[in-house]
Amino acid sequence: MPDVLEHHSLSVAQQQGPPSPLAPLREGIDERFARRTLREQIARLEGELSALFISTWPRKGFDLSVCAPAIAPRLLNLGELELLRDDLARRIDEGRRELSDRTWVEAQHRCRIEEMLLEPERHKWVRVSNQDIGEPGCKHWHVRPRWGILGMFLNWWRVRISSGCPLAEGRGRWPRPGALHFESYPSLV
Amino acid sequence: MADPELQRGWIDTELELEFPELALWLTRIDARSRASPRLVRTRLRELAGRINGNHVVHMRQDAVPWAYRVFWRQVGIDPDTDRTPVERLAVERLRAGGIPSRNLLDDAVTIATLETAVPVLALDADLVGAQIGLRLTGAGECFGGSGRPLSEQVIVVADEDRTLALLSGEVAEQRGVTRKTSRMVLGAVQVKGVPLISVEEALWTVADTLSGPG
Repeated sequence: MPDVLEHHSLSVAQQQGPPSPLAPLREGIDERFARRTLREQIARLEGELSALFISTWPRKGFDLSVCAPAIAPRLLNLGELELLRDDLARRIDEGRRELSDRTWVEAQHRCRIEEMLLEPERHKWVRVSNQDIGEPGCKHWHVRPRWGILGMFLNWWRVRISSGCPLAEGRGRWPRPGALHFESYPSLV
Repeated sequence: MADPELQRGWIDTELELEFPELALWLTRIDARSRASPRLVRTRLRELAGRINGNHVVHMRQDAVPWAYRVFWRQVGIDPDTDRTPVERLAVERLRAGGIPSRNLLDDAVTIATLETAVPVLALDADLVGAQIGLRLTGAGECFGGSGRPLSEQVIVVADEDRTLALLSGEVAEQRGVTRKTSRMVLGAVQVKGVPLISVEEALWTVADTLSGPG
Protein backbone atom coordinates (compact mmCIF):
# COMPACT_ATOMS: atom_id res chain seq x y z
CA MET A 1 0.00 0.00 0.00
CA PRO A 2 2.70 2.61 0.85
CA ASP A 3 4.38 1.70 -2.43
CA VAL A 4 1.17 2.47 -4.29
CA LEU A 5 0.76 5.79 -2.48
CA GLU A 6 4.36 6.67 -3.11
CA HIS A 7 4.01 5.81 -6.76
CA HIS A 8 0.83 7.92 -7.00
CA SER A 9 2.40 11.01 -5.37
CA LEU A 10 5.49 10.64 -7.55
CA SER A 11 3.45 10.50 -10.73
CA VAL A 12 1.47 13.61 -9.70
CA ALA A 13 4.70 15.46 -9.00
CA GLN A 14 6.09 14.40 -12.38
CA GLN A 15 2.97 15.64 -14.14
CA GLN A 16 3.19 19.05 -12.42
CA GLY A 17 6.90 19.52 -13.20
CA PRO A 18 9.40 21.30 -10.98
CA PRO A 19 7.81 24.03 -8.83
CA SER A 20 8.75 27.58 -9.78
CA PRO A 21 10.44 29.36 -6.87
CA LEU A 22 8.22 32.40 -7.36
CA ALA A 23 4.90 30.58 -7.60
CA PRO A 24 2.80 29.83 -4.50
CA LEU A 25 3.79 26.46 -3.03
CA ARG A 26 0.21 25.22 -2.85
CA GLU A 27 -2.90 26.71 -4.32
CA GLY A 28 -5.68 27.76 -1.97
CA ILE A 29 -3.53 27.95 1.13
CA ASP A 30 -3.12 31.23 2.96
CA GLU A 31 0.61 31.90 3.01
CA ARG A 32 0.28 35.20 4.83
CA PHE A 33 1.52 33.89 8.17
CA ALA A 34 4.48 32.22 6.52
CA ARG A 35 5.33 35.48 4.77
CA ARG A 36 5.03 37.37 8.03
CA THR A 37 7.38 34.93 9.75
CA LEU A 38 9.86 35.30 6.91
CA ARG A 39 9.68 39.09 7.15
CA GLU A 40 10.44 38.88 10.87
CA GLN A 41 13.43 36.67 10.11
CA ILE A 42 14.57 39.14 7.45
CA ALA A 43 14.28 41.99 9.97
CA ARG A 44 16.42 40.09 12.48
CA LEU A 45 18.99 39.18 9.83
CA GLU A 46 19.12 42.77 8.58
CA GLY A 47 19.95 43.83 12.15
CA GLU A 48 22.74 41.26 12.28
CA LEU A 49 24.04 42.37 8.89
CA SER A 50 24.10 45.99 10.04
CA ALA A 51 26.00 45.00 13.18
CA LEU A 52 28.45 43.01 11.06
CA PHE A 53 28.94 45.96 8.69
CA ILE A 54 29.80 48.20 11.63
CA SER A 55 32.18 45.56 13.03
CA THR A 56 34.00 45.34 9.72
CA TRP A 57 34.37 49.10 9.35
CA PRO A 58 36.93 50.58 8.51
CA ARG A 59 38.30 47.39 6.95
CA LYS A 60 37.82 47.09 3.22
CA GLY A 61 37.14 44.20 0.89
CA PHE A 62 34.07 42.72 2.59
CA ASP A 63 31.25 41.83 0.27
CA LEU A 64 28.04 42.16 2.28
CA SER A 65 25.76 42.84 -0.67
CA VAL A 66 22.53 40.92 -0.88
CA CYS A 67 20.48 40.41 -4.03
CA ALA A 68 17.46 42.66 -4.44
CA PRO A 69 14.43 40.81 -5.83
CA ALA A 70 12.70 44.03 -6.95
CA ILE A 71 13.54 47.38 -8.51
CA ALA A 72 10.49 49.11 -7.04
CA PRO A 73 9.09 48.42 -3.56
CA ARG A 74 6.53 45.67 -3.93
CA LEU A 75 4.94 42.77 -2.13
CA LEU A 76 7.24 39.76 -2.32
CA ASN A 77 5.83 36.27 -2.52
CA LEU A 78 6.87 33.36 -0.33
CA GLY A 79 9.55 32.09 -2.70
CA GLU A 80 11.18 35.50 -3.07
CA LEU A 81 11.14 36.06 0.69
CA GLU A 82 12.75 32.67 1.25
CA LEU A 83 15.49 33.39 -1.29
CA LEU A 84 16.10 36.77 0.32
CA ARG A 85 16.23 35.26 3.82
CA ASP A 86 18.66 32.56 2.68
CA ASP A 87 20.85 35.07 0.87
CA LEU A 88 20.98 37.30 3.96
CA ALA A 89 21.86 34.36 6.19
CA ARG A 90 24.58 33.21 3.79
CA ARG A 91 26.09 36.70 3.56
CA ILE A 92 26.15 37.06 7.34
CA ASP A 93 27.73 33.65 7.73
CA GLU A 94 30.40 34.36 5.11
CA GLY A 95 31.01 37.85 6.46
CA ARG A 96 31.45 36.61 10.03
CA ARG A 97 33.85 33.91 8.93
CA GLU A 98 35.88 36.38 6.88
CA LEU A 99 35.91 38.89 9.74
CA SER A 100 37.03 36.18 12.14
CA ASP A 101 39.90 35.22 9.80
CA ARG A 102 40.84 38.85 9.31
CA THR A 103 40.85 39.66 13.05
CA TRP A 104 43.03 36.59 13.71
CA VAL A 105 45.59 37.87 11.19
CA GLU A 106 45.35 41.36 12.70
CA ALA A 107 46.05 39.94 16.16
CA GLN A 108 49.14 38.23 14.75
CA HIS A 109 50.28 41.55 13.28
CA ARG A 110 49.80 43.28 16.63
CA CYS A 111 51.94 40.64 18.33
CA ARG A 112 54.51 41.13 15.61
CA ILE A 113 54.64 44.89 16.27
CA GLU A 114 55.36 44.18 19.95
CA GLU A 115 58.09 41.75 18.99
CA MET A 116 59.52 44.26 16.53
CA LEU A 117 59.66 46.90 19.24
CA LEU A 118 61.33 44.51 21.69
CA GLU A 119 63.82 42.94 19.28
CA PRO A 120 64.06 44.92 16.04
CA GLU A 121 67.19 43.09 14.90
CA ARG A 122 65.15 39.89 14.60
CA HIS A 123 62.66 41.52 12.24
CA LYS A 124 64.88 43.33 9.76
CA TRP A 125 63.03 45.43 7.19
CA VAL A 126 59.64 44.20 8.37
CA ARG A 127 56.88 46.72 7.82
CA VAL A 128 53.41 46.57 9.40
CA SER A 129 50.77 49.15 8.52
CA ASN A 130 47.59 50.28 10.22
CA GLN A 131 45.62 48.44 7.55
CA ASP A 132 47.29 45.20 8.68
CA ILE A 133 45.90 45.65 12.19
CA GLY A 134 42.45 46.77 11.02
CA GLU A 135 42.83 50.43 11.89
CA PRO A 136 42.12 53.46 9.70
CA GLY A 137 44.93 55.71 8.47
CA CYS A 138 48.29 54.99 6.92
CA LYS A 139 50.52 54.80 9.97
CA HIS A 140 53.12 52.05 9.77
CA TRP A 141 55.88 50.42 11.79
CA HIS A 142 59.04 49.76 9.84
CA VAL A 143 62.24 48.09 11.10
CA ARG A 144 65.19 49.96 9.59
CA PRO A 145 68.93 50.15 10.36
CA ARG A 146 70.02 53.05 12.47
CA TRP A 147 72.49 55.38 10.67
CA GLY A 148 71.92 53.69 7.34
CA ILE A 149 74.53 51.30 6.05
CA LEU A 150 76.61 51.63 9.21
CA GLY A 151 73.70 50.33 11.26
CA MET A 152 73.36 47.41 8.88
CA PHE A 153 76.99 46.42 9.37
CA LEU A 154 76.87 46.92 13.15
CA ASN A 155 73.41 45.32 13.48
CA TRP A 156 71.84 48.47 14.97
CA TRP A 157 68.15 48.27 14.12
CA ARG A 158 65.22 50.34 15.24
CA VAL A 159 61.48 50.64 14.57
CA ARG A 160 60.51 53.74 12.70
CA ILE A 161 56.90 54.73 13.24
CA SER A 162 55.25 56.87 10.62
CA SER A 163 52.22 58.71 11.91
CA GLY A 164 50.57 58.58 8.51
CA CYS A 165 49.67 60.95 5.71
CA PRO A 166 49.86 64.68 6.18
CA LEU A 167 46.50 66.28 6.80
CA ALA A 168 44.61 67.50 3.74
CA GLU A 169 44.68 71.08 5.01
CA GLY A 170 48.47 71.21 4.91
CA ARG A 171 50.89 71.83 7.74
CA GLY A 172 50.27 75.55 8.04
CA ARG A 173 52.85 77.85 9.58
CA TRP A 174 53.99 75.36 12.17
CA PRO A 175 54.29 71.61 11.69
CA ARG A 176 51.28 69.80 13.07
CA PRO A 177 52.04 67.20 15.73
CA GLY A 178 50.16 64.58 13.71
CA ALA A 179 52.41 65.10 10.70
CA LEU A 180 55.67 64.65 12.60
CA HIS A 181 57.59 61.43 12.46
CA PHE A 182 59.03 60.11 15.63
CA GLU A 183 61.21 57.16 16.22
CA SER A 184 61.44 54.57 18.87
CA TYR A 185 64.86 53.65 20.12
CA PRO A 186 64.99 50.07 21.21
CA SER A 187 68.15 48.75 22.73
CA LEU A 188 71.21 49.00 20.54
CA VAL A 189 72.92 45.73 20.06
CA MET B 1 2.16 78.88 14.17
CA ALA B 2 -0.10 76.05 15.37
CA ASP B 3 0.94 72.55 14.33
CA PRO B 4 -1.08 71.43 11.30
CA GLU B 5 -3.55 68.64 11.79
CA LEU B 6 -2.44 65.17 10.68
CA GLN B 7 -4.76 62.76 8.90
CA ARG B 8 -4.24 59.08 8.43
CA GLY B 9 -4.44 57.98 4.82
CA TRP B 10 -6.31 54.85 3.79
CA ILE B 11 -4.48 51.56 3.34
CA ASP B 12 -5.48 48.88 0.88
CA THR B 13 -6.82 45.82 2.73
CA GLU B 14 -4.34 43.39 1.18
CA LEU B 15 -1.45 45.67 2.06
CA GLU B 16 -2.72 46.19 5.58
CA LEU B 17 -2.96 42.45 6.14
CA GLU B 18 0.65 42.04 5.01
CA PHE B 19 2.03 45.07 6.88
CA PRO B 20 -0.31 45.83 9.80
CA GLU B 21 1.94 48.60 11.15
CA LEU B 22 2.22 50.45 7.84
CA ALA B 23 0.59 53.89 7.82
CA LEU B 24 0.53 57.02 5.70
CA TRP B 25 0.20 60.32 7.53
CA LEU B 26 -0.86 63.42 5.65
CA THR B 27 -1.25 67.10 6.27
CA ARG B 28 -2.43 69.88 3.99
CA ILE B 29 -0.89 73.32 4.20
CA ASP B 30 -1.12 76.60 2.34
CA ALA B 31 2.43 77.38 1.34
CA ARG B 32 4.57 78.16 -1.66
CA SER B 33 8.10 77.08 -2.39
CA ARG B 34 10.65 79.80 -3.10
CA ALA B 35 14.32 80.47 -2.60
CA SER B 36 15.35 79.56 0.91
CA PRO B 37 15.81 82.40 3.37
CA ARG B 38 19.11 82.82 5.20
CA LEU B 39 17.76 81.14 8.34
CA VAL B 40 17.06 77.91 6.45
CA ARG B 41 20.42 78.00 4.69
CA THR B 42 22.14 78.47 8.05
CA ARG B 43 20.21 75.53 9.45
CA LEU B 44 21.27 73.37 6.51
CA ARG B 45 24.88 74.37 7.06
CA GLU B 46 24.71 73.53 10.76
CA LEU B 47 23.06 70.22 9.95
CA ALA B 48 25.80 69.40 7.45
CA GLY B 49 28.40 70.12 10.13
CA ARG B 50 26.87 67.48 12.39
CA ILE B 51 27.10 64.70 9.80
CA ASN B 52 30.40 62.88 9.44
CA GLY B 53 31.54 59.48 8.20
CA ASN B 54 31.28 57.87 11.62
CA HIS B 55 27.72 59.15 11.98
CA VAL B 56 26.72 57.76 8.59
CA VAL B 57 28.26 54.34 9.25
CA HIS B 58 26.48 53.98 12.58
CA MET B 59 23.21 55.44 11.29
CA ARG B 60 21.99 52.00 10.22
CA GLN B 61 21.83 50.89 13.84
CA ASP B 62 19.71 53.83 14.98
CA ALA B 63 16.11 52.78 15.53
CA VAL B 64 14.31 54.81 12.87
CA PRO B 65 16.82 54.50 9.99
CA TRP B 66 17.07 50.79 10.79
CA ALA B 67 13.27 50.43 10.64
CA TYR B 68 13.24 51.91 7.13
CA ARG B 69 16.18 49.71 6.08
CA VAL B 70 14.27 46.65 7.23
CA PHE B 71 11.14 47.75 5.39
CA TRP B 72 13.18 48.40 2.25
CA ARG B 73 14.59 44.88 2.52
CA GLN B 74 11.14 43.36 3.12
CA VAL B 75 9.73 44.98 -0.03
CA GLY B 76 12.58 43.72 -2.16
CA ILE B 77 14.88 46.74 -2.29
CA ASP B 78 18.54 46.51 -1.35
CA PRO B 79 19.08 49.48 1.00
CA ASP B 80 22.79 49.50 0.17
CA THR B 81 22.07 50.05 -3.53
CA ASP B 82 18.84 52.07 -3.45
CA ARG B 83 19.37 53.81 -0.14
CA THR B 84 16.64 54.92 2.19
CA PRO B 85 16.05 58.71 1.93
CA VAL B 86 17.90 59.56 5.12
CA GLU B 87 20.93 57.47 4.21
CA ARG B 88 20.90 58.86 0.67
CA LEU B 89 20.97 62.43 2.00
CA ALA B 90 23.69 61.63 4.53
CA VAL B 91 25.91 59.91 1.95
CA GLU B 92 25.30 62.76 -0.48
CA ARG B 93 26.40 65.19 2.24
CA LEU B 94 29.68 63.24 2.60
CA ARG B 95 30.27 63.19 -1.16
CA ALA B 96 29.45 66.87 -1.71
CA GLY B 97 31.13 68.11 1.47
CA GLY B 98 27.98 70.00 2.44
CA ILE B 99 24.27 70.30 1.81
CA PRO B 100 23.57 72.78 -0.96
CA SER B 101 20.39 74.81 -0.77
CA ARG B 102 17.97 74.12 -3.64
CA ASN B 103 14.65 75.71 -2.78
CA LEU B 104 12.55 76.11 0.32
CA LEU B 105 10.54 72.90 -0.08
CA ASP B 106 13.52 70.67 -0.88
CA ASP B 107 15.50 72.23 1.94
CA ALA B 108 12.61 71.76 4.37
CA VAL B 109 12.27 68.10 3.37
CA THR B 110 16.04 67.61 3.70
CA ILE B 111 16.07 69.16 7.18
CA ALA B 112 13.09 67.11 8.33
CA THR B 113 14.49 63.86 6.91
CA LEU B 114 17.95 64.32 8.39
CA GLU B 115 16.57 65.39 11.77
CA THR B 116 14.00 62.62 12.14
CA ALA B 117 15.07 59.99 9.56
CA VAL B 118 11.46 59.93 8.32
CA PRO B 119 11.09 60.56 4.57
CA VAL B 120 8.55 63.21 3.58
CA LEU B 121 6.96 63.66 0.19
CA ALA B 122 5.12 66.70 -1.08
CA LEU B 123 2.32 66.89 -3.65
CA ASP B 124 0.36 69.73 -5.19
CA ALA B 125 -2.94 69.66 -3.29
CA ASP B 126 -4.87 71.04 -6.28
CA LEU B 127 -3.65 68.26 -8.57
CA VAL B 128 -4.43 65.27 -6.37
CA GLY B 129 -7.65 63.79 -5.04
CA ALA B 130 -9.06 64.30 -1.58
CA GLN B 131 -8.47 60.74 -0.40
CA ILE B 132 -4.85 59.67 -0.50
CA GLY B 133 -3.55 56.33 0.68
CA LEU B 134 -1.33 53.33 0.04
CA ARG B 135 -2.21 50.46 -2.23
CA LEU B 136 -0.76 47.81 -4.51
CA THR B 137 -0.71 48.33 -8.25
CA GLY B 138 -2.75 46.15 -10.53
CA ALA B 139 -1.89 44.69 -13.92
CA GLY B 140 -1.08 47.19 -16.69
CA GLU B 141 -1.08 50.22 -14.44
CA CYS B 142 1.02 53.29 -15.30
CA PHE B 143 2.81 55.68 -12.98
CA GLY B 144 0.71 58.82 -12.52
CA GLY B 145 -1.99 57.43 -14.78
CA SER B 146 -0.12 58.02 -18.05
CA GLY B 147 3.57 57.61 -17.20
CA ARG B 148 5.80 54.58 -17.41
CA PRO B 149 4.25 51.18 -16.80
CA LEU B 150 4.55 49.75 -13.31
CA SER B 151 4.90 46.12 -12.33
CA GLU B 152 2.14 44.39 -10.46
CA GLN B 153 2.01 44.46 -6.64
CA VAL B 154 4.14 47.63 -6.35
CA ILE B 155 3.37 49.66 -3.22
CA VAL B 156 2.35 53.15 -4.25
CA VAL B 157 0.88 56.32 -2.82
CA ALA B 158 -2.36 56.88 -4.73
CA ASP B 159 -5.58 58.85 -4.74
CA GLU B 160 -8.97 57.67 -5.95
CA ASP B 161 -7.94 57.78 -9.61
CA ARG B 162 -4.22 57.23 -10.08
CA THR B 163 -0.85 56.49 -8.56
CA LEU B 164 0.88 59.58 -7.20
CA ALA B 165 4.25 58.51 -5.85
CA LEU B 166 6.49 55.56 -5.11
CA LEU B 167 7.74 54.80 -1.62
CA SER B 168 11.26 55.64 -2.76
CA GLY B 169 10.10 59.29 -2.96
CA GLU B 170 9.62 59.57 -6.70
CA VAL B 171 6.54 61.69 -7.44
CA ALA B 172 4.51 61.25 -10.61
CA GLU B 173 4.81 63.92 -13.27
CA GLN B 174 2.28 66.76 -12.94
CA ARG B 175 1.45 65.81 -9.33
CA GLY B 176 4.50 67.32 -7.67
CA VAL B 177 4.98 70.82 -6.33
CA THR B 178 5.80 73.54 -8.86
CA ARG B 179 6.19 77.33 -8.70
CA LYS B 180 2.45 77.70 -9.25
CA THR B 181 1.58 75.51 -6.27
CA SER B 182 -0.11 77.35 -3.45
CA ARG B 183 -1.45 74.39 -1.45
CA MET B 184 0.52 71.28 -0.65
CA VAL B 185 -0.12 67.83 0.70
CA LEU B 186 2.75 66.56 2.82
CA GLY B 187 2.93 62.83 3.43
CA ALA B 188 5.09 60.50 5.49
CA VAL B 189 5.05 56.71 5.54
CA GLN B 190 5.28 55.11 8.96
CA VAL B 191 6.66 51.58 9.08
CA LYS B 192 7.03 49.09 11.90
CA GLY B 193 9.46 50.41 14.51
CA VAL B 194 8.98 54.09 13.75
CA PRO B 195 7.23 55.98 16.55
CA LEU B 196 4.38 58.29 15.57
CA ILE B 197 6.14 61.19 17.25
CA SER B 198 8.97 60.98 14.70
CA VAL B 199 6.47 61.10 11.83
CA GLU B 200 4.67 64.05 13.41
CA GLU B 201 7.94 65.87 13.95
CA ALA B 202 8.98 65.30 10.34
CA LEU B 203 5.73 66.70 8.93
CA TRP B 204 5.64 69.60 11.37
CA THR B 205 9.26 70.48 10.59
CA VAL B 206 8.48 70.74 6.88
CA ALA B 207 5.30 72.72 7.50
CA ASP B 208 7.05 75.01 9.98
CA THR B 209 10.00 75.64 7.67
CA LEU B 210 7.72 76.40 4.72
CA SER B 211 5.63 78.88 6.65
CA GLY B 212 8.54 80.44 8.51
CA PRO B 213 9.67 84.06 8.14
CA GLY B 214 11.61 85.14 5.12
